[in-house]
Amino acid sequence: MNNQGRPTAIPAPTSAAGDTVTGNRGLRIEEPLIFEQDSPGRCGVDLPALPDVGLRLGPVKPRGSIGLPGLSEPQVVRHYTRLSQKNYAIDAGLYPLGSCTMKHNPRLNEKMARLPGFADVHPLQPESTVQGALALMDELAHWLKALTGMPAVTLAPAAGAHGEMAGMMAIRAALEHRGEGARKRVLVPESAHGTNPATAAAIGYSVDPIPATAEGRVDLEALKAKLGPDVAAIMLTNPNTCGLFERDIIAIAEVVHAAGAFFYCDGANFNAIVGRVMPAELGIDAMHINLHKTFSTPHGGGGPGSGPVVFSAALAPFVPVPYVRKDGDRFVLVEREGEGGTAYGRMKAFHGQMGMFVRALSYMLSHGADGLWQASGDAVLNANYLMARLNDVMTAPFEGPCMHECLFDDRFLKGTGVSTLDIAKALIDEGFHPMTMYFPLVVHGALLIEPTETESKDALDQFVTALRALAERAKTGDAAWFQAAPRFTPRRRLDETAAARKPVLRWAPEPERLEAAE
Amino acid sequence: MRYLPLTESDRRSMLATIGAASVDDLFRDVPMAARHSGPIPELPGHMGELEVERLLGSMAARNLAAGSCPSFLGAGSYRHHVPSTVDYMIQRGEFLTAYTPYQPEISQGTLQVLFEFQTQVALLTGMDVANASMYDGATSCSEAVKMANRITRRKKAILSGGLHPHYRDVTTTDAAFTGFDAVTLPPDAFGGEDLAGMVDAQTSCVVVQYPSVFGRIYDYTELAKSCQAKGALLIVVVTEAVSLGLLTPPGDMGADIVAAEGQSFGNPLNFGGPYVGLFACKEKYVRQMPGRLCGQTVDADGKRGFVLTLSTREQHIRREKATSNICTNSGLCALAFSIHVSLLGEEGLAGLARLNHAKAVQLAEKLAGVKGVEVVNDAFFNEFTVKLPKPAAGVVETLAQRRILAGVPASRLFPGEHPDLLLVAATETNTDSDMDAFAQALAEVL
Repeated sequence: MNNQGRPTAIPAPTSAAGDTVTGNRGLRIEEPLIFEQDSPGRCGVDLPALPDVGLRLGPVKPRGSIGLPGLSEPQVVRHYTRLSQKNYAIDAGLYPLGSCTMKHNPRLNEKMARLPGFADVHPLQPESTVQGALALMDELAHWLKALTGMPAVTLAPAAGAHGEMAGMMAIRAALEHRGEGARKRVLVPESAHGTNPATAAAIGYSVDPIPATAEGRVDLEALKAKLGPDVAAIMLTNPNTCGLFERDIIAIAEVVHAAGAFFYCDGANFNAIVGRVMPAELGIDAMHINLHKTFSTPHGGGGPGSGPVVFSAALAPFVPVPYVRKDGDRFVLVEREGEGGTAYGRMKAFHGQMGMFVRALSYMLSHGADGLWQASGDAVLNANYLMARLNDVMTAPFEGPCMHECLFDDRFLKGTGVSTLDIAKALIDEGFHPMTMYFPLVVHGALLIEPTETESKDALDQFVTALRALAERAKTGDAAWFQAAPRFTPRRRLDETAAARKPVLRWAPEPERLEAAE
Repeated sequence: MRYLPLTESDRRSMLATIGAASVDDLFRDVPMAARHSGPIPELPGHMGELEVERLLGSMAARNLAAGSCPSFLGAGSYRHHVPSTVDYMIQRGEFLTAYTPYQPEISQGTLQVLFEFQTQVALLTGMDVANASMYDGATSCSEAVKMANRITRRKKAILSGGLHPHYRDVTTTDAAFTGFDAVTLPPDAFGGEDLAGMVDAQTSCVVVQYPSVFGRIYDYTELAKSCQAKGALLIVVVTEAVSLGLLTPPGDMGADIVAAEGQSFGNPLNFGGPYVGLFACKEKYVRQMPGRLCGQTVDADGKRGFVLTLSTREQHIRREKATSNICTNSGLCALAFSIHVSLLGEEGLAGLARLNHAKAVQLAEKLAGVKGVEVVNDAFFNEFTVKLPKPAAGVVETLAQRRILAGVPASRLFPGEHPDLLLVAATETNTDSDMDAFAQALAEVL
């Protein structure tokens, strides 16, 4: 006690896990569903006066009640603020999800995307009123072409998987154009993202897996054996999902082209090589670029993304509409091709993810060619640093150097009773978002770590300290401790089996509430 | 470079730890011929915030912002007032800079938002269940057709001439590549389509839009029955989600799947994207749905929590057997939608929808008073078609020079057809003086 009677020492805790009256734990506040906070008659907006006119709804009746809750603005603000506090985010810490490129999202890009001249422009305004928007699309296209060495690009696709679709449709259109529509097989390495086989299958191709070598790369001999006159394309990620550059890529492109097939590259990992390696010089025919990975448009809890696709000269005529064309000093939006055109159709309601284009161009301009060169170098340096610092306590399936992400398997956990999942959950308690788990499928119990270039050495060192300690603790055979993790999160491990067995996909009023309403 | 924390001394010490001589040394697996020795010469060097703002600001200034003048464009994209709370809230880093909620213990915020979003979409559409969003309304539409094909094991979709032609084109593009038939009807500007009569034993689904792209309103109850009697599904597309606050919802008419554009709630025009595709269906079809679904469950302590569920439908588990290849969706746009709908609530949403309709009724009356202009629709929600005595595209261009965005010429959507028709929308953002200015300018140029 000090002389005002204020306790200066912290009292000994009475109970380690004492419950509170509210169920809240300090800043960790339980938040009910918005539907459970309904007070009929409350409203969070004040609308202009309703003009006194009759209804002109024809054969359809005005609907009865919708069933939405009524809340005032402060209640809505509090609801979403409390929910936000239950999320991990790149703003809050290292987010080393392999293959996801969770890098810093500059707020300048948000500000630029919100300029009324971009955000408040309708997609069907007359061309004369949107010259700046079309100029921006043209400028972004210029950067994407310059950074890949490719002669053409479509900005239409809404995300990476949508870009894969655009690219594979272009390949099929080109094959059909030259009378080779009978090619129906697509080769996809076993290590590929799930979207690759899903895309190929979605447009009517059969998927034929290519095995990996002991070095984690495409087996060139196995690939050659699989090529034939019925092969339409190979879909290859480079750098691949093991975080490795495909050393034989030029030879791969040559044998694929010699067999009359096209080379689709999944550009999800473009961040490793941007500004340093030109996809055009590797023999690639089409590659999507996830603007929400390499060019830092925010992931937003799952989207939106943007997935422009660059094309080689062979595929350049086969693009979806719309696209921007420069006509003297004016920009023209080509929404439909004239007769004899080879554009194969439309991917999306309007012209692409304009809001993401602005953010990505803002990112590119901020970096410049020199900054992008440095960024890919730092991304690769950070990943190799983690690999070097963790290699002696974890097990890497392949020899380095790695590119922008480093891969470990679960051999270091063998016999401990601790799984990759347990390590991930224990990392959560240490304040880190886990790495990608159990992907790629070619490695047992995979842990794929992508730090990105926007992490400092200090942040990497803290992560290493935590992960090394966990790896060492796992080896002591303390499986039960791991399986109880996470302990300090708003929710502990969730029962995913129960969720899938009897799906509850929406809130519904309690039966007594329904009756009261009736 | 302000976004890169490593210093030269960090880099040297890290390289020493790695045992590499240089960063270039780490790229040694890249074939020498493909390695560049320095930054790409044809691109400029880095810029500070001030310079980027100046450059992008000058590009933005070359566009006519819809809010800076009277604007009456719709046709799948609507200018509504978005409450300030929405944009503030979606910029919280915990929402903005989070990934897909694959680690549910530290993603309960995003997951609860998705659960609430799914519930809101189900309530608005009058359907049993909804997913966690698609790219936009057009891709929702095409995915709905593919889902109907899987459910019915049939391959013929009938697309109404009242369907937005871009939605139609996205669907026919998919049809050409995935191998199903998409039968398209001519533009339904004046009504009179007989869709029920076209349904046969090969038909998987009929796709209608509500209200149609021309603003027409039909009751689809009988059509739903006709489809279902022949084993086909009825897919109802909605491009103006605010209409769901006033009109009988598609679910009450018997729709099997609803594919909608949710941009109207919470999301600006954005020159066409990003938007948010809504996707809802009857519960019995849930295992054929595309996209992510959030479900309720309990945690190890028995507390209610939320997870992504039924993922055995999805590409990361099912690969080539997935219901769709979609991965990234429109998460943040769905959050914006959800916050806006939460602010509106029951009373606000009904009021907003009623207000939109009233504004359109007022505008229709004013335009009907312009000599030579004929309002084609008897019934509509907030958008309708007018017939002009001269080509609409030229009129729109002339009015744009006078800073009035008059609407969407039908010929822009249906090239070569109905050059004299103009699609006009009104929302709560249009004032009486906007409408008077439009009517007066129209009278002057006709």
